[in-house]
Order: sequence, then structure tokens, then C-alpha cells
Amino acid sequence: MTGFFQSDPVRVALAAGAVTAVVSGVVGVFVVIRGQSFAGHALGDLGTLGGSGAFLANVNPLWGFVGVGAVVAGAMELFGVQRRRGRDVATGVVLGAALGLSALLLYFDTTTSTTTGATITVLFGSLFAASPQAVPEMAGLGAAGVLGVVVVFRPLLLSSVSPDLASARGVPVRAVALGFLVLVGVTVSLTSMVVGTILSPALLIGPAATALRLTRRPGAAMAGAAVIGLIATWAGIVLSYASDHWPPAHRGWPISFFVVAIVFVTYLGVELVARRAR
Amino acid sequence: MSTVVRLEDVDVSFGTRRVLDGVSFSVERAEFVGLIGANGAGKTTIFRVVLGLLSPDRGSVAHLGRHVGYVPQKVVIEPDAPLRARDLVALGIDGERFGVRMPSRARRARVDEMLESVGAAEFADARVGTLSGGEQQRVLIAHALVGNPPLLVMDEPLANLDIKSGHEIVELVARLTKERGLAVLLSAHDMNALLPHMDRVVYLAEGRAVSGTTGEVVRSDVLSELYRYPVRVLDVDGTVVVVGGHDVQVR
Repeated sequence: MTGFFQSDPVRVALAAGAVTAVVSGVVGVFVVIRGQSFAGHALGDLGTLGGSGAFLANVNPLWGFVGVGAVVAGAMELFGVQRRRGRDVATGVVLGAALGLSALLLYFDTTTSTTTGATITVLFGSLFAASPQAVPEMAGLGAAGVLGVVVVFRPLLLSSVSPDLASARGVPVRAVALGFLVLVGVTVSLTSMVVGTILSPALLIGPAATALRLTRRPGAAMAGAAVIGLIATWAGIVLSYASDHWPPAHRGWPISFFVVAIVFVTYLGVELVARRAR
Repeated sequence: MSTVVRLEDVDVSFGTRRVLDGVSFSVERAEFVGLIGANGAGKTTIFRVVLGLLSPDRGSVAHLGRHVGYVPQKVVIEPDAPLRARDLVALGIDGERFGVRMPSRARRARVDEMLESVGAAEFADARVGTLSGGEQQRVLIAHALVGNPPLLVMDEPLANLDIKSGHEIVELVARLTKERGLAVLLSAHDMNALLPHMDRVVYLAEGRAVSGTTGEVVRSDVLSELYRYPVRVLDVDGTVVVVGGHDVQVR
């Protein structure tokens, strides 16, 4: 463990992971309340396109994730495809096409550029490879995400509970939903940086779903989800660092594996305890 | 008496289908009005017009105040939604506002008082989604009334309740009508639960309406004219039944 905190990549990873855990806790609680975890998955899939394109253009993949995420989130809300039940087939076809195009871009990434790890970085994340500039950028996006939720909190909560009640009180329900989905797009970009696009929904939804089993207040659930996400992310970074000497290759295991495993085990444990308590 | 809401000769069409056809009625202060009609008769459309969510193609809607307390039909709240009864009531005060809400003792007291007056104090801290249908209705009424609106509209509040809870909700609403000088417009497809408490009835059929006291409206001749089809109003041990048929003798 010596030198862990002296290592620059580790510090970058810890800082970027912390920002991501906090914003995904805050946004994730509303994603779960609104039953939009499918939207989170779709945004992750489409983020692959942005990430792989950014690699090809030699841009930080974060901006590829954010660009595609925000635009796609807006389009999804406008066309009403954010739930699995609505426009099922069309959504499946579009997501499939996006991943197919991503496959081509990732192929170009690996064949034309000298960076070898594009596929792994985009799909499964590679926080140790993140550049130091990524931290302030991610912190800025994370702060914007948290601030966004704070601003729309009451109208969003009311329209999540009942769009009828909200619109009767004069809440612009569609505008609020659109704004929130853009926040989800930004958040999924951040979680994609930590665990990659494929696993990003796990970090968005897992801690939030766990926290919602433990408390009946939305504010407390957000704090709880942020803490669970933070513990999972930091523990994932530590374990990944420690696994440098583990078999088979004596190269560190991916952070994303540890993060998602910890999130999953925590969820399972809380679920079992909650069921027994009932 | 002062009129809280008045609809005059209101027409609403969706495409070529006319959903409301010259509907006129008013609701006064401290008056409990039942909006009675079968499914598809236009009850929810009337509510959307009263709430200002839909502008009529023709006719006028006059309000005493803009603010209307509303209890929608079938509010489905998941049992694990992190929302206590008191949170939902507090959202009735300022749920449409953006930005941060500072904790306030006055608001908390107002929420407590409102929960008390609808008989929901004992489950104030329970998750709304885990409450029974009747308990949820009480919380939704508190949410609708906590901002002190002059008018309360309730869309089919009895549809998903057992008979006992339904009667309790009607009694509660009738009490609030008199205590708070509230104007109430409550819809139902069966008027019987409302009969002991309703001051007036608005009877809807195929988008047309006739309003008055139950004695004026719930009669074979009046309803036959409304339906444009012979119907008969029967009194079976105090329960009103409306039946149709060409052979029936109009009383």
C-alpha cells in the first residue's frame, strides 16, 4: 500500500470518483423514483458512441459522453422513449444501431491510433488513465448536476409522484422532465468515466436503490446513495491498486469490477435485511 | 351566496367528437356539488376545464380565484417512494416552486394542522404509498386544501375505495365544506353514496349536463330528456337506480 496516496493517478482517480459518487447518488434517487432506470441504460449505450468518437478525434472521452448524453437525453424526452414500455421496438433498433456504429469507431480507434486501451476505457472505464485536467472538468459537471437537482427538487418530486397533481399546481411537467433527463445524461457521462458506459447504470442506480430501502426521506436517500457510491468507488480504487500483484497477469484488475461488485453486494445485503425485518 | 366557479354554455371537441355540449352550472361557497355520470360522459374533461388545463371551444368559465385544490383520479404512489404523508401535504403549499426551501416552523405547524383536520395525524410520518386507499385520499385532500383554495375538485375519489372508506371520505368532505366555507365539486358514477350530503347535482350524459337539487334532477322525465332515451328513476329502499327501456312506465 506504500505510495498509494503519493501516486498522481490514484489521487486523480479518488477525486474524480468522489465527484461522480455524489452526483450519481443525488440524481440516481430521482431516476429510481421516476422508474427511469431504462433511460439510464439507454444513455450508457449511446454514450459509447460519444466516447469512441471522442477517442478517434483525440478529445477527452468525457466530452464525447457529455455531448452525446445531453443531446440524446433531450431527444428521448421529446419523443417519449424513456420508458421501456413506450416505443419498445424503435428504441431497441436505435440503441442497436448506435452500438453497431460504436463498434466501428472502436475498431478505428484501436487500428489507427497508438492508444491501445480505447475499447476497455470506453466500455469499462479506466480511471487511472484519466488525465489530471479531467478532475476539475468532472467536478464542474458534477456540481452543475447537483445544483440542477436542488433547483428543480420540489417540482420534480411532485411531478414524479403524480404528473396530474403537478400540472394542476402549474408545474411545467414536460420542461421539468426534459431538464431532469439532461441531468441524467450528464451524470451517466461521469459514471461512464469511472466504470465505463456498459456498467454506468449500475453506479447510477445501485446506490440510490439501496439507500431508498433504508430511508423514507428523499434528501436522506440522496445523502445515503452518495455515501454508498463513494465507499464503493474508493474501495474499488484501493482494491484495483492492490490487485496489481494478483493473478493471472499481475496487472491490476479493473476498478469497474470492484465498484459494481461492492454496489451489488451492498444492495443484496440491504434487501435481505429489509425483507427479514418485514 | 357567492359563486366560486361558473361554467356557461361550454363546448369542448376532440377532433370531430364533441365531448362537452353546452354545459352550464355553477358551484357556490359552502356547497357540495356531485358531478354524476357514466364513464366517458365527460367528467374528467369538465375538471380539466375547471382547472384551466383545457380551454373550451365555446362558452365561458369564471373563477373566484385562480387557485383550485385538486384530487386527481387514481393517484398511484409506489410503496417505496420516499414520500411521507407530511411531505406530500407540504408540497401542497409550495410544490411548484423552484429552488431551496428553508425549514420553517410556521409551515410545519400548518401541515400538522391540516393533517389533523382530515384525520390523518396518526399516519403523518408513514410513506404515502404504504397507506390504504382511504388514508391516501385523506392525505391527498390535505395536499389539495393546505393552500386554502376556495374550490376543491375531486375526480372519482370513491372509485377505488371500499364502501365504508367511501362513506367516511364523503362525510369528511361534507364536514370540510361547511367548516371551511369550501365549494366542492366531486365526481362519481354512482350518486348513492353522495345523496345524504350533496347540496346539488350536475348530471352528465353524452357531454350534456343538467343541474339542480337532486329532487329537481333525479327524475324520470328530466333524465329521459337528458339521455334522449326513456329512462326510469327507481327508489329501491332508499337507493336510487336509473334504468332504461322503451316499455317502462314513466312516473
